[in-house]
Amino acid sequence: MLRGLPAIMYKEFIHLRRDPATLVLTLIIPVLQLVLFGYAINTDVKNIPTVVYDLDRGRQSREMVTALRNTEYFRIVGEVYSDRALNDAIVAGRAKVGFKIPVDFSERLLSGEQATLLVLIDGSDSTIAMNALNVANALGLRTSLEQIGAAPSVEVRPKMLFNPDLKSRHFIIPGLIGIIMQNIAVLLTAFAIVRERERGTMEQLLVTPIRPLALMLGKMVPYGVLGFVETCLVLVIMRFIFGVPLRGSVVLLLALSFLFLLPSLGIGLFISTVAENQAQANQMAFFVILPSILLSGFMFPREAMPAVMYYLGFLMPVTYFLEILRGVILRGAGLVHLWPNALALVAFGVVILLLSAARFHKRLA
Amino acid sequence: MSEPRTPPPPSAEGTRPEVTGPAPGPAGHPTIVLQGLTKRFGALTAVDDVSFTVEPGTIFGFLGPNGSGKSTVIRMLCGLIVPTAGTASVGGFNIVRDPERIRERIGYMSQRFSLYEDLTVLENLNFYGRVYGLRGAGLEARRDAVVHLVHIEDRLGQRAGTLSGGWKQRLALACALIHEPRILFLDEPTAGIDPVARRELWDLLFELAGEGATLFVTTHYMDEAERCTEVGYIYHSRLIVSGAPRELKRLPGVTPAGMHRFEVRCLAPDGASLPTRGLLILRRMPGVRDATIFGDAVHLLVEEGVSDATLRAAVEGNGIARAEVRPMAPSLEDVFVALTHAEEAKRRAARAGAVA
Repeated sequence: MLRGLPAIMYKEFIHLRRDPATLVLTLIIPVLQLVLFGYAINTDVKNIPTVVYDLDRGRQSREMVTALRNTEYFRIVGEVYSDRALNDAIVAGRAKVGFKIPVDFSERLLSGEQATLLVLIDGSDSTIAMNALNVANALGLRTSLEQIGAAPSVEVRPKMLFNPDLKSRHFIIPGLIGIIMQNIAVLLTAFAIVRERERGTMEQLLVTPIRPLALMLGKMVPYGVLGFVETCLVLVIMRFIFGVPLRGSVVLLLALSFLFLLPSLGIGLFISTVAENQAQANQMAFFVILPSILLSGFMFPREAMPAVMYYLGFLMPVTYFLEILRGVILRGAGLVHLWPNALALVAFGVVILLLSAARFHKRLA
Repeated sequence: MSEPRTPPPPSAEGTRPEVTGPAPGPAGHPTIVLQGLTKRFGALTAVDDVSFTVEPGTIFGFLGPNGSGKSTVIRMLCGLIVPTAGTASVGGFNIVRDPERIRERIGYMSQRFSLYEDLTVLENLNFYGRVYGLRGAGLEARRDAVVHLVHIEDRLGQRAGTLSGGWKQRLALACALIHEPRILFLDEPTAGIDPVARRELWDLLFELAGEGATLFVTTHYMDEAERCTEVGYIYHSRLIVSGAPRELKRLPGVTPAGMHRFEVRCLAPDGASLPTRGLLILRRMPGVRDATIFGDAVHLLVEEGVSDATLRAAVEGNGIARAEVRPMAPSLEDVFVALTHAEEAKRRAARAGAVA
């Protein structure tokens, strides 16, 4: 069944060693991507640039502005002195939110009447707009209650499990690791067989009695090892550069990462049995990678997707791996919780490997 | 190994070279048999109804112009391409049903260098040895044997990509031989290498054939064809002829009835050879069917009435002091040119018949 497997593996390792540029790029690029995207992708809505148009200039209005600033959601970037300037600040993009405090604000509050706080919100970024609206409403409610000296009759006391600071980075980075690992594994192996075809070395290999499965596995293992080294590298960066705590077992995480490499490398192999040259392989790889970024739940919660998209997500190994990554890293989940995901990865791996071996006929045409 | 080789007797019994090691096929059967082998790529018929046999221990030269279907035949025989129609067997195994059994028994050297350029000579040899299931002492022994055979001892640590053409071919041959195949397919093994390397490669092939291996070699060099024990000529996807070179030269179509072949050497007063001037005169002579320059001489195909004396008389004078005229046998090139012309005439006739 597997005659020639060690020979192929050994040969692939030599190829890797003889091509240090590719090796270094393979190891460095994901690290750079992680650092870059890790800092760039931040969905925390804080420090929204805000301008204030204070017509009242009383003690109450100054307290209101301080309260706004103290929420940390609003960063006062300036004061304006006309309706027009207020509008311009938002149109020009200098501010996302503008507060207008009417001239009678303090007076009405002091006399127990209802005071008005005008809020102008740039709705083009819906996340920011929703947050600004909620925070402004809550602030208004709290101020009102304080005014009448009443305590809210129902007090909501939330307790955040895991990620208590609600840092989006903690959510994004484990997902990013999954996506990056998928990309290397798929691309590396997709090129592995296509390269032999392009360089004409396949013809000689095909006239030997080598078994397709041995060839497939022999191509996978060296890149699997490389992918695994990469996984360890990005986990270290996640923990020590981004300070994302790893709550679960490291061993479990590594073991399950290894399981994830199986279907990813398998997809790469499958592509290489279909593609005729490296350009085609590249395109097919991105045909897989791109939807997986959107549908795996890396960027957007899958639960919010239309049913079709939600179920399509199940067809992507990275979907299960993201569950595993977030589970182990953020929630300290164990195999008890994650075994269905692990099982799915194994099933994917076996199926795609067998498919590739079946597709790979030892023929030229 | 440059002495002329006599082809083995065409009959199946008798003094066929003894086969050592595992026999290439059931005793007494040809090593390679093609029966109506056909391959179509869409509308293009690359190989059209080709049948012939190759006996054990022969060097079979498969000839034809570029694009005539040589490589397609060799790839079908190696199990790389499935034929559209017809069958073939190699070493007694069917090429469609049993390609794996064939792969274990054959060595293959493709037209293009197809080893790993970033691996050293030694690493390439080790890799192919292991792929064929060799290991340990067995691998070492075989590796040393092929290294010795192709004399590549001094380059074992060199990357294959940095070898010159001739050395690449030697390495490819060594890799193709690592598992001691009794049948060897070589697709234009000497394409693009220098004459010395070409001669040395052929010496190697004779050595292998001497040890009893069956060699199937494609080429378009006529001098290489002359060295083969058997040749087959493929033209426009069809096999025109096959047989021992000596027999082919005696085919009736090659030197038509009532025709003779002469070699004429035209010499200037100072003894220099003037083939071009001779050619111009001879071409205009009545009774001369065909005249071509071959080295410093002119090869002629003439009608019966033209004798060596007439030729000499026609050429001498006109700046040519003396002419040496010798009757000659046709070369393989003459054979293929004649058969190709005949084939084209037949096709034209067939087309004309189809239209009428």
